[in-house]
Amino acid sequence: MAVCVAVIAKENYPLYIRSVPTENELKFHYMVHTSLDVVDEKISAMGKALVDQRELYLGLLYPTEDYKVYGYVTNSRVKFVMVVDSSNTALRDNEIRSMFRKLHSSYTDVMCNPFYNPGDRIQSRAFDSMVTSMMIQVC
Amino acid sequence: MEAAAGGGCGSGPPLLLSEGEQQCYSELFARCAGAAGGGPGCGPPEAARAAPGAATAAAGPVADLFRASQLPAETLHQITELCGAKRVGYFGPTQFYVALKLIAAAQSGLPVRIESIKCELPLPRFMMSKTDGEIRFGNPAELLGTKMQIPYLITEKNTFKRMDDEDKQETQSPTMSPLASPPSSPPHYQRVPLSHGYSKLRSSTEQMHPAPYDARQPLVQPEGASTGGPGAKPPRHQTSLIRSFSVEREPQDNNSNYPDEPWRITEEQREYYVNQFRSLQPDPSSFISGSVAKNFFTKSKLSIPELSYIWELSDADCDGALTLPEFCAAFHLIVARKNGYPLPEGLPPTLQPEYLQAAFPKPKWECALFDSYSESMPANQQPRDLNRMELSIKDMADFPVPIQDVTGDDKQALKNTVDEVLPKDMSEDPATPKDSNSLKARPRSRSYSSTSIEEAMKRGEDPPTPPPRPQKTHSRASSLDLNKVFQPSVPATKSGLLPPPPALPPRPCPSQPEQASEAELHPQLNRAPSQAAESSPTKKDLPYSQPPSKPIRRKFRPENQATENQEPSTTVGGPASVAAAKPHPTVQKQSSKQKKAIQTAIRKNKEANAVLARLNSELQQQLKEVHQERIALENQLEQLRPVTVL
Repeated sequence: MAVCVAVIAKENYPLYIRSVPTENELKFHYMVHTSLDVVDEKISAMGKALVDQRELYLGLLYPTEDYKVYGYVTNSRVKFVMVVDSSNTALRDNEIRSMFRKLHSSYTDVMCNPFYNPGDRIQSRAFDSMVTSMMIQVC
Repeated sequence: MEAAAGGGCGSGPPLLLSEGEQQCYSELFARCAGAAGGGPGCGPPEAARAAPGAATAAAGPVADLFRASQLPAETLHQITELCGAKRVGYFGPTQFYVALKLIAAAQSGLPVRIESIKCELPLPRFMMSKTDGEIRFGNPAELLGTKMQIPYLITEKNTFKRMDDEDKQETQSPTMSPLASPPSSPPHYQRVPLSHGYSKLRSSTEQMHPAPYDARQPLVQPEGASTGGPGAKPPRHQTSLIRSFSVEREPQDNNSNYPDEPWRITEEQREYYVNQFRSLQPDPSSFISGSVAKNFFTKSKLSIPELSYIWELSDADCDGALTLPEFCAAFHLIVARKNGYPLPEGLPPTLQPEYLQAAFPKPKWECALFDSYSESMPANQQPRDLNRMELSIKDMADFPVPIQDVTGDDKQALKNTVDEVLPKDMSEDPATPKDSNSLKARPRSRSYSSTSIEEAMKRGEDPPTPPPRPQKTHSRASSLDLNKVFQPSVPATKSGLLPPPPALPPRPCPSQPEQASEAELHPQLNRAPSQAAESSPTKKDLPYSQPPSKPIRRKFRPENQATENQEPSTTVGGPASVAAAKPHPTVQKQSSKQKKAIQTAIRKNKEANAVLARLNSELQQQLKEVHQERIALENQLEQLRPVTVL
């Protein structure tokens, strides 16, 4: 269960960012922003020749005391960043992968909408509802 | 029966329900009870009458109903307490009726007390929602002006709602158009076995899109209302004029148990959507690509986020393309949105692609076209529908802003604009509001879906002949205007000269000649006589003039395809004789003029042919030279190649 989910465009501006405890939004924004450096590092480390073989799921980008940040990059350099609570130990890698896959497929659905201009903020309700289902249920 | 039920159940205060109220309440009660039982829609009135005393309404539907009344929660609690449900632990008929009366009182602003219900009250109002069992009809008082979600069509339907309020509704309908509460159209639609007058009324109101189909509001009242209705129909129908995309719905369509009537597509609507689909994509079984659809829907002038949302809803497989059912669903959503309906959270079941495909198999739309012809012949119904189609088509052209704001005056304005668009088509006198417009609209809209009378006549003949009536050309001209609007999205189908109306892609020929002005006939006749009909001057000119004109016209564009003219003219010649069945007097008069024009055109074309032939030979020479150069270069390359290092 994610605490924050963000979709970053190729040019490193956010297409969609949403966090669950909305009072700390700025903190999550900052974490996502700093995680972009790590993402870039991982991508460039692969080298140009390996672009095709690069796995989309980047894994744990960096852990902080309270949170863990996971990353995922698509072939068009759109990045998904997910922040999860460190205390949520039950969350396994596979689950994170599946969450990213869901994000990716919802993102492609958004792309398929001809009224969506690439580069706009994502306002699709379907996407929203999918992300909500992934977030921690804060009562 | 209701009175007995109301009085006989007893434990509450003595209820004095008017007839309308009784029917309303009993129907609601039956619905709640029925919904609890798991099956609404099977003749709630009968059920209501059958067992009002015995049934109890389940708490779920009742709670939903109460919430739909949009009263604050405390008020609802008070009401539940007062009506006695809490006391007895269930919602019996009496409690239910008392509760409804209290709701009506609360909505009218009276305090929630037992005393309040002793006086005469309007019926309670419940906001329309799409779920079955929650759909409630507005009461006639509401019709009188409470804002409802469903802007259109209301008025007419309202008349059918309550017998006692019939008159009120009728008088109000013209002005109430935008404000009408959910009409009882669904209710009277459900009344399939209606009296003759009623069914006529229904058909006349078909034009109005049965908006908030508070589906199950059967009510005997509609029947009663119907008898009074017809008189007031004409003014009401005017309101329907305003409905942009509201296409009438077949009464029979509503007999299924779907509660979300506004999301049901009627036959007319379906035809229209399919025609639009065809205009964008001739093959009904393939898709419309995203960009094409985007351009098309952007014309509706809805905001991009809304269009984006509509797309999300309708593109079920998220493939970025719309199949025919998806397209119909999207179009319908746009229509509904333009008429003020809020967009649903999810795709309603009646708009699901599977449902649409099952309900409207593709071949049907061809039949529907024919049916529409027969329909268009007679009466008021068609006019209304067509009028609406007309309007909708017009709206497709300019997508006016929500129609629901149009009042009676605007109706006139709209009608006038319709008149402009269809100037000479319809012989109707613009003064007679509805019928004239509708009649005007009829051929017009038919021209999109199936040029009604013209096509019907043409049907007899195989080759499309230009309509004998000059008015048709006007209609074509008007349709031409709209076609220009669609042109960007219409893949250049047939004639480059005259884009066929969206509805007629399968029949390019008819559309072409229809649009043929006389001037066009001349050049076409030019070809025809030059090839085949020259030998047979006058009489045959006429027959040839018409059919050959079409294929020839097509060939006219690519002027260097002179030879092709032979074929079409000859082929057309055969059916031409058949087609000649209707030599129009005006055409005959033009034949002499045409002859001269034909001859000049012949000369011109010969010259053009000569020029093109010369050009052709020159280009051939150039081609040869270029070939030789290429061969030379290739040789050089081969020589050089072994020299280069790999």
